Amino acid sequence: MNDDINLSRMRDAAFTEDVEAQSGQKVSDCYQCGNCTAGCPAGFVYDRQVNQIVRAVQLGLKDEALGSRSVWMCLSCSTCSLRCPNNIDVAAVMETLRHMARRENRVAAPKVENFWFSFLDTVRAFGRAYEIGTMALYMLRSLRIFTDLDLAPVVFKKKKLGFMPHVVPHGGAAAVARIMRRYKERAVHERVRP
Amino acid sequence: MTYAYYPGCSAKGSSTDYEKSTQAVCDFLGLTLVEMPDWNCCGSTPAHAVDTELSAALCARNLDIAARQGAEMLLTPCPSCLSNLKHAANRLEKPEFRARVDALLDNPAAGNFPAVTSVMQGIAAHCDVNDIAKHIRKNLKGLKLAAYYGCLMSRPAELMDFGDPENPSLMENLLAACGAEMLDFPLKTACCGASYGIPERAVTARLSGRILKLAACMQADAVAVACPLCQMNLDLRQPQAAKAADAFFNMPVLYFTQIMGLAFGLSPAALGLEKLRVSADSLLRKLEAEGGKS
Amino acid sequence: MRIGIFICHCGSNIAGTVDCARVAEISTGFPDVVYATDPVYTCAEPGQAAIEAAIHDHRLDGVVVASCSPRMHEPTFRRTVERAGLNRYLFEMANIREHVSWIGKDRDANTNKAAELVKMAVAKLRNNRPLLAKSFEVNKKVLIVGGGVAGIQAALDCADGGVPVILLERESTIGGKMAKLDKTFPTVDCSACILGPKMVDVAQHPNITLYAYSELEDISGYIGNFTVKIRKRATYVNWEKCTGCGACSEKCPSKKTPDTFNELTGVTTAINIPFPQAIPKKAVISAEHCRQLTKGKCGVCAKICPTGAVVYDMQDDVVTEEVGCIIAATGYDLMDWTVYREYGGGQYPDVITSLQYERLLSTSGPTGGHIRRPSDGLEPKHIVFIQCVGSRDKSVGRPYCSGFCCMYTAKQAVLTKDHLPFSQSYVFYMDIRAPGKLYDEFTRRAVEEYGVEYIRGRVSAVYPDGEGAYVVMGVDTLLGRSVEIKADIVVLAVGIEASRGAAALAEKLRISYDNYGFFMESHVKLKPVETNTAGVFLAGVCQGAKDIPASVAQGSATAAKVLALFARDRLENDPQTAQVDTRRCVGCGKCIRCCPFGALKETTIRGEIKADVIETVCQGCGLCTTTCPQGAVQLSHATDNQILAEVNALCRC
Repeated sequence: MNDDINLSRMRDAAFTEDVEAQSGQKVSDCYQCGNCTAGCPAGFVYDRQVNQIVRAVQLGLKDEALGSRSVWMCLSCSTCSLRCPNNIDVAAVMETLRHMARRENRVAAPKVENFWFSFLDTVRAFGRAYEIGTMALYMLRSLRIFTDLDLAPVVFKKKKLGFMPHVVPHGGAAAVARIMRRYKERAVHERVRP
Repeated sequence: MTYAYYPGCSAKGSSTDYEKSTQAVCDFLGLTLVEMPDWNCCGSTPAHAVDTELSAALCARNLDIAARQGAEMLLTPCPSCLSNLKHAANRLEKPEFRARVDALLDNPAAGNFPAVTSVMQGIAAHCDVNDIAKHIRKNLKGLKLAAYYGCLMSRPAELMDFGDPENPSLMENLLAACGAEMLDFPLKTACCGASYGIPERAVTARLSGRILKLAACMQADAVAVACPLCQMNLDLRQPQAAKAADAFFNMPVLYFTQIMGLAFGLSPAALGLEKLRVSADSLLRKLEAEGGKS
Repeated sequence: MRIGIFICHCGSNIAGTVDCARVAEISTGFPDVVYATDPVYTCAEPGQAAIEAAIHDHRLDGVVVASCSPRMHEPTFRRTVERAGLNRYLFEMANIREHVSWIGKDRDANTNKAAELVKMAVAKLRNNRPLLAKSFEVNKKVLIVGGGVAGIQAALDCADGGVPVILLERESTIGGKMAKLDKTFPTVDCSACILGPKMVDVAQHPNITLYAYSELEDISGYIGNFTVKIRKRATYVNWEKCTGCGACSEKCPSKKTPDTFNELTGVTTAINIPFPQAIPKKAVISAEHCRQLTKGKCGVCAKICPTGAVVYDMQDDVVTEEVGCIIAATGYDLMDWTVYREYGGGQYPDVITSLQYERLLSTSGPTGGHIRRPSDGLEPKHIVFIQCVGSRDKSVGRPYCSGFCCMYTAKQAVLTKDHLPFSQSYVFYMDIRAPGKLYDEFTRRAVEEYGVEYIRGRVSAVYPDGEGAYVVMGVDTLLGRSVEIKADIVVLAVGIEASRGAAALAEKLRISYDNYGFFMESHVKLKPVETNTAGVFLAGVCQGAKDIPASVAQGSATAAKVLALFARDRLENDPQTAQVDTRRCVGCGKCIRCCPFGALKETTIRGEIKADVIETVCQGCGLCTTTCPQGAVQLSHATDNQILAEVNALCRC
């Protein structure tokens, strides 16, 4: 059941301005033709379509936009931006919303974020991505043991994935870990979720 | 022109065949790729999805190494790395952004970064497409190929500088120079599902299925790709894609460098063809047959 | 001088933020001012009467009105002072509304600024001289450029009013875009059946001279007396002899000539008559495709022609005509839609323009009125129409609405159902713009009676599915989902732009045009068919998107303008023209070269070369006065002395 949308109460003009400032895009340029949705390859797993997300931003409906699973499912393929008749970088708007949602700890698609964290954890540890490590961490995080089990025989046979992590020599791994640490410290200092 | 070479993490993991064939083909054409020392992961999708500054910091460290090495051009085979490095270099032109990124680094990054470009463009710049024909030892005549660039290579157009963002043509030009018949493949810049293969497999299966289905309908002998992730989605995940598309595929998905290598007469082993899930044997047989004809 | 001042309140428009009584009071202190007042509405009838009375009562010989922009009411007040016996140029206007009251809220500052503007007007007025218009004869003949429905309507109305008309058409037949249409909305009557008789009337009207296959080469002169050069392009057929029998095109061996009348949906012969109802019904040879003209061997048409009309060595001919005014009715072309790479950029044979689809619907078209796919000649079952391709799209530089696409798309969808009862049409639209009489009802009928499926949203991409059909990736924003349709044929409602060469023509006509080549009217609302160049009028789509009824209405409107103009035997010029002080002029000729109107010429006075102004041509733009290194050219009513007096009034406060 959806709540009624009471614009006089729910409209948050500051949110619209915030999104415009952070994304560098003018959402009032959008006339809701829907071209972004028409070309969106991930739309079929969205709870709100791209044009509806932009509409929510236009109307200043913060919860509607930041609470959507869609901003997490966006593939960042930029088809929407490429075909927008009003030259709006829609993908940049989606990414901005995802960043905002993350900082406020509104994660509508925890699986996706888990995967990203798993990936970044291996980067923190070794300085470079480590595919098997990412998978293992992701399985631990999401408790999805059977992810891609069907691929395992081929992966092993073809040696598709490196079993050992590839550590950056000459101290690069440590430098990356320091970047990540400073990023986290700053987020804590700025009271946003890293 | 002095180049720095940034292989990207997949080169050391899932796409050693791309790395091997890229090295072999560039070596053959006299384009020396010297791997940058001490490079780190660009952060890929997870970093920019989480935070723009974090992503830019991971990239800035690499750009900085390349700059201090005195490179004028930074080459990378991976479109995802390419996109991240280019976006970072572009964003770092803004002083406020740069200051916040510098604060994450051990030392502030170099003032000027080398230009970042793809190995594909590097090859075309090093060796004119017309000259490539001179290097052919085994003409690819009779091979029908669909060039698939994925969604990152050509857009955003202003940043990526890869020609028409809807209809790039560099891969076709290179492979046509090797004698292959290039299909006008309408989904060449459609998205394959990217890294969602793990957390949201349905997305990747459906999108890759659509691409493979059209290639099969158009009777392509193989799909030529330039991206490790696309290759993995179209090749390794081909059965998942087939299921989603309610079809059966046996479509070899090769890196464009592997195909060029075949034309240059390099051995399948030197090009890492054994890594493909869908074997390229059908392709090799067709080439032999065509060779026998001419 | 005895000057009277009128500080208008304009209701509360000015008085709201300007103390008008105070400005009037200050004005009495300016030199030569003997009377000042502040009426509530100066332009109203009592306000004008008050000016006239003041002129008589106070023996005024100069008047300043401080009110609105002179654009609207300067002519009004000039007539007022003239009625009271003053020369109309002994009047000045100060704009204290747009320049003062509407832009500032500070009452004191506004009052002060208003008083200063009045002071400047007074200073100028004290340097004004009476100016008198010159009169000249009018050549009562009109040139109409463009023989589409707007030009045809204008031509027939002018000709019926007794005015000799020269009708110029670039193509070999008149009829324009309307002649290519199968049926017309909202009544679905046959285009050829309603346009045809008008075309015949053009051919038969004794007052109309038709130059088809001709273009405007050059133009000089001014309202009442234009001289135009017309290039009659070589048709390689002597039209005096050609009877339009068509024997030549039957035998022509060059059968692969692109058929431009059919929008390249078919082929024709190198010598041909575009369509059966063509006016004039004369043959033309396409020089690029004729074997005789390209390879020097063939000559079949010359042999077959019963009247010996074919002339392979024909050259272009330039003729000169004198006219009193000109109507531009040059219409439109489709924008280059191949920029839409996501729709195939012109590479997919069954993704076509709506004008091409119109030719497929038409009995005189390449398929004889049967809808067949260009690729394989099969009847389509699923037809997708995409609206706004090249309209309302900033990303391709076409932000404007092309106006009539919504309606013709509805019409084409209706006709499709008539032609192919088992077909299903889909229309992707953003908004349905159907404001005309019976228009909305028509689009509703398409949905309710003809089962056309309207889908609210744009289309992201169209691509071949590899099995002979096309995948249309669209969206239904009402449903909030992307939708996919397999289409056998995709029809793009391609947006319009000004006709090819419109900008160059505008420059020849010395009229303004917008970024897209559409000609600029004199006033968007009140002077829609006039231009800023006297004697040049606009009809039809050359001014902006409009449908057939509106184009016809504008054609008639321009005819009314022409007939009104020609109701007078002589015209008066605007005496605010350039004047040459021959004692100062050194004959350098710079003014002659810079004049955009050709209004200056060389003359010889006592053996010396001097510049001379043709007063009836001069538009008073002032370029020559700023260019003249000697200060020898002065613009009447805006002389250096008058401008400096204003500056002095302002700066020596």
